[in-house]
Amino acid sequence: MSQYKRPTTEAEFKKNFKQKKPLMNDTEAYYEASRCLFCYDAPCVQACPTHIDIPLFIKQIHTDNVTGASKTIFDSNWLGNACGIVCPTGVLCVGACVYNNQSVPPIQIGRLQNYATNKVIDTGKEIFKAGEPNGKKIAIIGAGPAGIACACEARTLGYHVDIFEAKSKPSGLTVHGIAPYKITNVEVLKEIEYLQNQLGFIIHYNSPINSKDQLTGLEDTYETIFLGVGLGSTANLELDGENKEGVIGAVEFIEELRMKHHEVKVPKKVVVIGGGNTAMDAASQAARMGARKTVLAYRNSKVNMGAYGFEYDLAISAGVDSLFNVTPIAIVGNDKVEGVKFAKTELIDGKLQTNMNNVFIVRCDLVIKATGQAKQGHLYDIVENLDIDNKTRVVVNEETFQTSNPKYFAGGDAINGGAEVVNAAYDGKMAALGIHQWLNK
Amino acid sequence: MIDLSINFAGIKAPNPFWLASAPPTNSGYQIMKAFEAGWGGAVWKTLGVPVVNVSSRYGSVNYRNTRMMGFNNIELITDRPLADNLREIEEVKKYFPDHAVIASLMVESRKEWEQIIKDVENAGADGIELNFGCPHGMCERGMGSAVGQEPEVLKTIVGWVKEASNIPVITKLSPNISHIIDTGLAAVLGGTDSISLINTIKSIVGIDLDSYAPYPIVDGKGSNGGYCGPAVKPIAMHMLKDLAQHPEISKVPISGIGGIETWRDVVEFILLGATSVQVCTAVMHYGFGIVREMEAGLRQFMEEKNYTTIYDFAGKALPNVTEWKHLNLKHKVVAEINSDTCIGCDLCYISCDDGAHQAISLPTDPTNRIPTIIEENCVGCNLCSLVCPVENCITMVKKDDGTEHITWNERSLNDDVPTTFDDDRAGGKGHFVPKPTDALKNNN
Repeated sequence: MSQYKRPTTEAEFKKNFKQKKPLMNDTEAYYEASRCLFCYDAPCVQACPTHIDIPLFIKQIHTDNVTGASKTIFDSNWLGNACGIVCPTGVLCVGACVYNNQSVPPIQIGRLQNYATNKVIDTGKEIFKAGEPNGKKIAIIGAGPAGIACACEARTLGYHVDIFEAKSKPSGLTVHGIAPYKITNVEVLKEIEYLQNQLGFIIHYNSPINSKDQLTGLEDTYETIFLGVGLGSTANLELDGENKEGVIGAVEFIEELRMKHHEVKVPKKVVVIGGGNTAMDAASQAARMGARKTVLAYRNSKVNMGAYGFEYDLAISAGVDSLFNVTPIAIVGNDKVEGVKFAKTELIDGKLQTNMNNVFIVRCDLVIKATGQAKQGHLYDIVENLDIDNKTRVVVNEETFQTSNPKYFAGGDAINGGAEVVNAAYDGKMAALGIHQWLNK
Repeated sequence: MIDLSINFAGIKAPNPFWLASAPPTNSGYQIMKAFEAGWGGAVWKTLGVPVVNVSSRYGSVNYRNTRMMGFNNIELITDRPLADNLREIEEVKKYFPDHAVIASLMVESRKEWEQIIKDVENAGADGIELNFGCPHGMCERGMGSAVGQEPEVLKTIVGWVKEASNIPVITKLSPNISHIIDTGLAAVLGGTDSISLINTIKSIVGIDLDSYAPYPIVDGKGSNGGYCGPAVKPIAMHMLKDLAQHPEISKVPISGIGGIETWRDVVEFILLGATSVQVCTAVMHYGFGIVREMEAGLRQFMEEKNYTTIYDFAGKALPNVTEWKHLNLKHKVVAEINSDTCIGCDLCYISCDDGAHQAISLPTDPTNRIPTIIEENCVGCNLCSLVCPVENCITMVKKDDGTEHITWNERSLNDDVPTTFDDDRAGGKGHFVPKPTDALKNNN
């Protein structure tokens, strides 16, 4: 049973979507930082996809060198502030903290990181400079974490950078697709603004790149093009009745919620289909929006869910119910959704089989499909000689992030099929270095 | 039945926990509150010549998450009227006749000494403590540590005081001196009934990085302060040991001062020969209630060791504090890591490799972070066991069978000591040290 009252005002929305990792105050940061052991070859650093020198920045926080701490963080990860908040730290740095081996609470690395970076962002303290202009230009498609990270790094190397963004706000899924109890739009946007103020990359909003002519234009003007396009809208399930009113993709649902907050009306009964982190987010958010009953339905067993355990727990604690080993076979109702018809699944000879003799209907007014996003197939078709793998991911050189078309580099969800902000931030930075290396051969 | 009461050079107190002469003993109000809380005695904040104090008086050294690990002050002796202090001494003694009230004094001329001694005796003080230690402000006027650094002057003044006083005299020594024996002996030769030490150490606890002034800052400038708190305890204990082992000086009782905060500190000071302890910083940090922990711990210790009074174990560590040349060169310990409790921080590895003797190795498998002791390289220095954050994870295990005993002193007498830089008898020749270039990351 959901514990949340339907939010009708911004204040009520904020209450229901209270930040999971609130900002530390100076005293909390001081004491938490004092606990760090400064491990040799620290496991937290190894566990961080961007290899931030975590013991160093924690020591810097403790010695009241917050500016230095922020520099340490941003030097490895241009989205250091956002990552401190949205990273699944429990399975990354914090999960690797050696204190876990002794049942002592691990260092709250993400929150310390956020504490440091938030200080310089709030005060606007300048810690970076663009490099001496080298006369070369890079075009970046997509102002998501990968694109922003690539832009920042490229600017420090002296490149002119233009980012082309289809939407009206930067930072992609960080601002459009992450649950609002994890990070607020204000937090995301102020980090980008902070970076942009110092490094001076240009973002062209509402500027989707989707024609061959546009691409040719970019190719003529820029030495290199970086594809940081992420993924597309929610993929179709090819179900009977999927087009009925009240069937929505999880990404679209979360985006609407992030933009409209309490103005979104979530009905009483909601079914969320999927077993990944996005499904958990969508279910949790439906519950926080006051749905009386939210049911998470996953086709395989609990242990096979793609979602992190803590994400599932969070959804359950928000009042979400779960159904395992069920697969949707049709959306029922007239014009509007009235329920989802499921069939039970079972594992036979290692394969998941649908048992059409065991079919039932779960009544609901809203179906949220969290079954994966479609790829940016159209764009990939119009880039010449762009190798795509069998999962529609752009193939890149692992070290340089260069694609099969040497003029193009890529990173983020476009190459990994959908991962964390921190992975995109790493890819973008490394791609800029790859570009630099290639252009200076 | 445990009896904590003491008789310190004729000054009686229900327990050895005394407040040192300092801000916590500035008034009768504070001292009565302290006696109610469980303190056995108090040395009144120094009475003496008229002074003017400054605003901004204390500075501190914080370490990791610990505040006031070290503490300094530039406060002078009492600035309250002498008459008020004398009246309050009398009042305290009326309410607490069995507690020790000691008047700390600091004046200049013989005449002043004689007068103030008469005053505090009339007020009912149980003893007098001579402040020859204050290392800031007062010393610039020829008092405090200015006296404590001149054995002859100190001896003369102790002589004056002894001649004038009818109550026991404690001489409080300054640590701002190379050989504490010199002033300790001077005090005894001057006729003192007892000694207390240490007073504070001249210090600068920090510099403000904007105004470039030392803490505590008085309108853009600072002065050296007197350092105290947990950080000074090792220095205090060493000086206490020097005095307590001295055949002449040890004839008078010694009150231990310097960084005492816990029962363990108290026991350690007593083991080194102190028969009363004085506390200030711990009270300034936590209030008078801190004595609860000291008393409970001391009682527990005495119960477990079967002691009735503190005199049963006072000085018991002194025979074991010796000169280096008398240590057994055949004693051998080697570190042992408990791989079950090791959490893999690898601080032992890096501290040994960078900071000591390269006697710990890491597994080649990067997923395994449990280090291994290279026994033939381990010199038994303890560093790994000191840096290890896990209780009892690294222990130092005795490897010699205890049958052999030879000291540097004995070897010298036998002419069996290394005489050249390449002498095999030095021992370091056989110790494995990696090649210098092994330190370089890209050295294949």
